[in-house]
Amino acid sequence: MNPVNNPPFSNSRLINWFKLSSPSTFYPVAGKLIPLFWVLAALFGLAGLWVSFFVAPVDAVQGQGYRIIFIHVPASWMSMLIYLVMAAWAGLGLVFNTRLSAMMAQALAPVGAWMAFLSLWTGAFWGKPMWGAWWVWDARLTSELILLFLYLGFIALRASIDDSRRADKAAAILALVGVVNVPIIYFSVKWWNTLHQGASVSLTKAPAMAQTMLLGMLLMALCFWMYSIAVALMRVRVIILEREAHTDWVRQLSEVKS
Amino acid sequence: MWNSPAEFFAMGGYALYVWSSFGVCALVLLLEPLLVRSRFKVAVRRLKQEQLAEQFDRESGQ
Repeated sequence: MNPVNNPPFSNSRLINWFKLSSPSTFYPVAGKLIPLFWVLAALFGLAGLWVSFFVAPVDAVQGQGYRIIFIHVPASWMSMLIYLVMAAWAGLGLVFNTRLSAMMAQALAPVGAWMAFLSLWTGAFWGKPMWGAWWVWDARLTSELILLFLYLGFIALRASIDDSRRADKAAAILALVGVVNVPIIYFSVKWWNTLHQGASVSLTKAPAMAQTMLLGMLLMALCFWMYSIAVALMRVRVIILEREAHTDWVRQLSEVKS
Repeated sequence: MWNSPAEFFAMGGYALYVWSSFGVCALVLLLEPLLVRSRFKVAVRRLKQEQLAEQFDRESGQ
């Protein structure tokens, strides 16, 4: 069976999504998408930094120190969102036994881990001047730390199993079990009496902050989002090359042919 | 809002905290894609070497 010249599933002109689920068709598509997401990340990042430092006013209580919010909140949002997406891909891979889904989950884990790390790091540097402590065992902080450990556990478990298909399955189960932690992080400020402040942005209430602060935060969140997609696509291409090294289509790639 | 660059960098006395956060953030977001790119290059180099080795095998086998 030649993976490059599969007979088309249908003759419709719409994009055939099933075809995209094969690494050989996804690899070039991802390559074309990466520059687009880098450009978007740069544009949102520049606009977001401009608003964060030059448009958003000083906070009445926290002075200039509050500006950490413009990276702290996007990093925290992305750490939770990426976990959900990663678990969804891992679950799809488990149910449909598709290689690419598991590879997507594998590619997302390090991005998510970095986002969780940044969330904790910026949180510590915000907590020190405002609360007087780098770290407290508060429900929000602790559950975010557990999220970082879930990412690291996912990566370590995958790396510890030689057979990559078995590694996919074991890691997928870990990812799916860990999903329970995401709503715990999100609602921790409601369920427990935490030192961490409540949500400053919610879907149901008007945001409790100046419009320009909200704008800066959303632009930075979009920047982090586009960045995560770009890096995940870059990494999934490497994973495809490493795991599909034995296939004919990889050997036929222009970058591999000498 | 800022009257001088010095005032900007002082961040109203929060310079250490604000710049440590933004600095480490920038560092991570720059390093990660660079690491991925170098891993890509390693993978491509390995595939190229494998192909060269196979080509050599074929040619010397004839």
